[in-house]
Amino acid sequence: MTVTVLYFAALRERIGCESQMLDIPPEGLAVSDLLARLGAADAHTATALAEEPRLRVAVNHTLCAMHDLVRPGDEVAVFPPMTGG
Amino acid sequence: MLADGAVHVAVQVVPFDAAAEMARLSTLSTLAGGVSLFVGQVRGGGGLVSLTLEHYPGMTEKIMQVLAAEAMERFELLGCTLIHRVGRLEVGQPIVFVGACAAHRAAALAATGFLIDRLKTGAPFWKKEEYAGGGTAWVQARVEDDAAASAWDNTP
Repeated sequence: MTVTVLYFAALRERIGCESQMLDIPPEGLAVSDLLARLGAADAHTATALAEEPRLRVAVNHTLCAMHDLVRPGDEVAVFPPMTGG
Repeated sequence: MLADGAVHVAVQVVPFDAAAEMARLSTLSTLAGGVSLFVGQVRGGGGLVSLTLEHYPGMTEKIMQVLAAEAMERFELLGCTLIHRVGRLEVGQPIVFVGACAAHRAAALAATGFLIDRLKTGAPFWKKEEYAGGGTAWVQARVEDDAAASAWDNTP
């Protein structure tokens, strides 16, 4: 049971990776727990996530809150605040 | 009754033809009383050479469609257009085109402001600055931009 995690912009550069797969429980887990697992698996990622105080997370192309649930098969994107226009 | 193609959304590398986009908006309906446009471009100064725009394919287009649909309903538009470029853009080059067509000017003008304010902070685009001498820096989100976007939450 996995999810795909994508990183964008400054976060992608700091982590040095565009995407990765992460094993999660069949019942899913909260976004905040998913971020904690990403950090626990790699100290470099933990630092990069901690250094961005305003992380945004989208699940299946929709912005979500830290308590929202991520399920197996979801696409999770983690990125800094958006600066378009 | 809205015309086919009342909403036009695109993310593209190539420049847009602002005159053609305006002509398309202004001929959508005989009920149209005004078309309002905003074009954002790369602002120079401080040794800036270019911006490189990155986005999240799939989510970007979805957010832009949702935003356009919200503007259509909220401002009773006859049509609207959102085009955002990605890739490397030098100082002076156009980045974003926002256009709104409505029966009356107030709706067209307000919708244009709404669309660009919400697009800046709500659609997954990021800008990286490149300076003369080769230095680079990611553009930091501005509190003023968040305030401009959320001001529409409470505006009738």
